[in-house]
Amino acid sequence: MLATLVGQFGDFDLAEEATQEAFAVAAERWPRDGMPPNPGAWLTVTARNRAIDRIRRDATLAEKTRLLEAQDTAEARMDQPEVEETSFPDERLELIFTCCHPALALEAQVALTLRALGGLTTDEIGRAFLVEPETMKRRLSRAKRKIRQAGIPFSVPPDHVLPDRLAAVLGVVYLIFNEGYGGRVDLAAEAIRLGSALAQLMPDEPDVQGLLALMLITDARRDARFHDGEIVLLPDQDRSRWNEVQIVLGRESLEQALALGGRGSYVIQAAIAALHSDDPLDWTEIAALYDELARLTGSPVVEVNRAIAVAEADGPAAGLALVEGLDLEGYQYFHSTRAELLRRLDRPDEARAAFERALELARAEPERRFLQGRIEELGGIAPSGP
Amino acid sequence: MKYALLIYGSPELRDISDDELSSVVGEYEALFDEPGVLAGQQLQGTESATTVRVQNGEALLSDGPFVDAKEYLGGFYLLEADDLDAATALAARVPAARMGGAVEVRPIVER
Repeated sequence: MLATLVGQFGDFDLAEEATQEAFAVAAERWPRDGMPPNPGAWLTVTARNRAIDRIRRDATLAEKTRLLEAQDTAEARMDQPEVEETSFPDERLELIFTCCHPALALEAQVALTLRALGGLTTDEIGRAFLVEPETMKRRLSRAKRKIRQAGIPFSVPPDHVLPDRLAAVLGVVYLIFNEGYGGRVDLAAEAIRLGSALAQLMPDEPDVQGLLALMLITDARRDARFHDGEIVLLPDQDRSRWNEVQIVLGRESLEQALALGGRGSYVIQAAIAALHSDDPLDWTEIAALYDELARLTGSPVVEVNRAIAVAEADGPAAGLALVEGLDLEGYQYFHSTRAELLRRLDRPDEARAAFERALELARAEPERRFLQGRIEELGGIAPSGP
Repeated sequence: MKYALLIYGSPELRDISDDELSSVVGEYEALFDEPGVLAGQQLQGTESATTVRVQNGEALLSDGPFVDAKEYLGGFYLLEADDLDAATALAARVPAARMGGAVEVRPIVER
């Protein structure tokens, strides 16, 4: 809905405000008058009306030509007696390419996409990037102002620049996915939907297929990852609760990515995820792929995952040796991984201290409960509040 | 929309050969024929610049550019373009952009 409005009015702030107003009107009217037959269409039309009111009040806007053109189109559409949900084109692809335009700073691209398409609050985006809410708010308004003032187009880029614009888009989609996987299930599904749309638009891009494969296979284990709201680690998961269809679809995308010659980070991660679905697990091969991924990305976070695989293949001491010395003090999974390896090495005091540090950094409730459980097993008393 | 393409040169640009110079000048001139290019000027070197400040109602002149940096504003184009992508596509064809300089694309305030 926001994408549709941004597409028609070319103005983020206007579209956002109008959307908020529409929801406010709905909150007041629906309980009184009953829900309209097509709530989505109702909201979009109401928001559009609000936006047009605003434009009329402020007809001296610098971009009035474009805005007034949009107004005519919008009015023409509203004159139609029946508003069908399908009459609103899905303009999220255009929007995501606008949000990820290289004329915006990368951090702004990511934040903007999460705000406009992922539906995250400014606070949540800030948390994902370890940035204060106020800073994130300023970053978002600066980015929106630049889109408007600099004339950043609202369109899918032409073929010759499409691959260049893709990397940031994929990074953003994967980030939305990860935010969803930490507990916000709806966002994971949204990221997969965006990934599927991208895969349809760009069927020959191995990285798009790779990312889609990665998300599908990871997400297929979602139900098994939680039992009664508690986290279940991979070896203990009930495989009958894996979404086999999604794993098959993911493997198909992975095959396609490999057939297209893909060897980028998403493709390797998808291959790792696919290996995790095998029985028994080939930890040596998984560790080798993490090694390739670590060399490709230079990321210490990948080293943490590699350490987990090495620990499974060669024992916890070998894994711990890789983890120690990584500079990831502010990273929850560094501490929880270290803690788990220390626990297996029967070093309970150090393990408990590391779990406690992970708990300080953890936000998602199931993860917090998991960590609290571990701390209690190790004879500690876990604080229950955040 | 209207954009100013501010062309910044780098010191190495000053040292090019005469042959190279005439071919580069040709490129700059050819850009005037591109659709949407409304105007453009090359500026004399910064050594010819005079900077004016007014203090207590009195104009104070000093020799040299306002910002004294290695990189210098060497000229500009005024461009009418559909959007930023069109503007940056033309900016990418300005010779300075590939010769150690850069082109700053700035939207014009329209009233």
